[in-house]
Amino acid sequence: MNKKYINTGNKDTRSGFGAGLLEAGRKNPDIVALCADLTGSLKMDAFAAEFPDRFIQCGIAEANMIGTAAGLAVSGKVPFAGSFAEFVTGRVYDQVRQVVAYSHTNVKICASHAGITLGEDGATHQTMEDIGLMRMLPNLTVINPCDYNQTMAATLAIAEYEGPVYLRFGRPSVPNFTPAGQKFEIGKAITLIEGTDVTIFATGHLVWEAIVAAEILEKEGISAELINIHTIKPLDEKAVLESAAKTGAVVTAEEHLVAGGMGELIAGLLTRELPKPVEFVAVDDLFGQSGEPSELLKVYGLDAENIVKAAKKAIGRK
Amino acid sequence: MVNMAGSGHPGGSLSSTDLLTVLFFDQLNHSPKSWRRDGKGKDMFFLSAGHLSPVFYSVLARSGYFPVSELATFRKLGSRLQGHPSIERGLPGVHVASGSLGQGLSVACGAAITKMLNGEKNFIYVLMGDGESEEGQVWEAAMFAAHHKLDKIIAVTDWNGQQIDGPVSKIMNLGNLEAKWNAFGWETSVVDGHNLEAIAEAYQKAKANTGNGKPKMLLMKTEMGQDVDFMQGTHQWHGKAPNKEQTEAALKQLKETLGDF
Repeated sequence: MNKKYINTGNKDTRSGFGAGLLEAGRKNPDIVALCADLTGSLKMDAFAAEFPDRFIQCGIAEANMIGTAAGLAVSGKVPFAGSFAEFVTGRVYDQVRQVVAYSHTNVKICASHAGITLGEDGATHQTMEDIGLMRMLPNLTVINPCDYNQTMAATLAIAEYEGPVYLRFGRPSVPNFTPAGQKFEIGKAITLIEGTDVTIFATGHLVWEAIVAAEILEKEGISAELINIHTIKPLDEKAVLESAAKTGAVVTAEEHLVAGGMGELIAGLLTRELPKPVEFVAVDDLFGQSGEPSELLKVYGLDAENIVKAAKKAIGRK
Repeated sequence: MVNMAGSGHPGGSLSSTDLLTVLFFDQLNHSPKSWRRDGKGKDMFFLSAGHLSPVFYSVLARSGYFPVSELATFRKLGSRLQGHPSIERGLPGVHVASGSLGQGLSVACGAAITKMLNGEKNFIYVLMGDGESEEGQVWEAAMFAAHHKLDKIIAVTDWNGQQIDGPVSKIMNLGNLEAKWNAFGWETSVVDGHNLEAIAEAYQKAKANTGNGKPKMLLMKTEMGQDVDFMQGTHQWHGKAPNKEQTEAALKQLKETLGDF
């Protein structure tokens, strides 16, 4: 393996969002933030304290929050509207579709507690459909950073990007390993590890699981390439095709359902352009349940061990 | 327009013609020729009930936003005049898409906050239908606007009492609409929506009461299909296009529309 990644200490990605929002707010006075009664959970409280006039409490009324954000955006503000991922996607799908995506409004939809690692709250709050829902909407950019530093960088990047964005992050503390201050380029995949036998395309919290998986594979003599797909839409098709051509076998890893996820997106691209064996590390047609994040990742087949198995299977299908 | 398109919503368009005409030709602080999507320095109008696109486009065209001749492209392939308002092809006068109901008041709230933060003195108008008020989001926005004291919002309900499936009172009774808006903390007026002087007066009063912290709701009592004898007062023409003979018969009943198309 050509590079080791060091965990500089576990941190939650939502705190990276909160830090990014505060910094973005200091840079641009047009940035406003909206929240639907989850200010602490979204880590938006520092922004709210420093910019009380630019923080808009919406109460438990997400549909109105999305509409209000669209109105702010169309009139020149840069609104960041935050809630749990389920409540800013599934609950308000039609609002996001009509007044954000279709209307090209510069709204940043900020989705915390995404995926199964939300943990103990259980399936009502654990959306694993949100990437699919959001990436189906034309005009919408979909971003799913992997750690605290990258979430902060992504938040700063979308503040400067003109257009609607879905930014997905989570609740659990996970290894923080990407370089602090690394510039976030929307739509540009990052090769974390170079390899020759199989490519792992990972997104979000599962990027760290994939790093662990690549280390295990290396010990067994398998050279895995690891690419962080932090931007799911637009997908960095060039990076996917080049790596798949090099290794000839592909694993996708995401904290999401198979249906609508990044895996299907990559498999679709490869089917059209460069057919290769693809294995999905994702949840197949199930709702989640209460539990600790690490337990849930294991039980639902999303941890490093499952990525290792999938890699071997993909290689075996070459 | 609706006849040429072969589909559309004439009923509600006719019930809101008077209140929109007074707004666009007498009350609104706008500049149709140099319209900006961000509404900077101007009043902003949001059509929440997007199916009222025929009257909306007509009023926009006749105010000078775009050529009247473009009305003939309504609902046709490639037109800027989509069945329901869209911003995708850049039609002046449309800030945000509408059609899926109940969303316009929320968008108006956002625009009103921008104006407040920027210290702009302009008004934000939004037109809704009474049937549309069955959507829960309308009441989320009602709470929000009152809570945040968005007193520059002047909302108008085209209270024609009809929706697609029949009279509102039978389909989903809204009860005492005036009491409801009052209870949500709005300054509410009931207005004769076909009396031009009364409509103008209601807009004036709403504007004059800026500073009282209350958003304004003008409940305009109207008739679906107003001024066209065979369309008036029935839900039958909510979403149905008249044929050629019916269109001729209707246009003859209004001296202003004699000779249209």
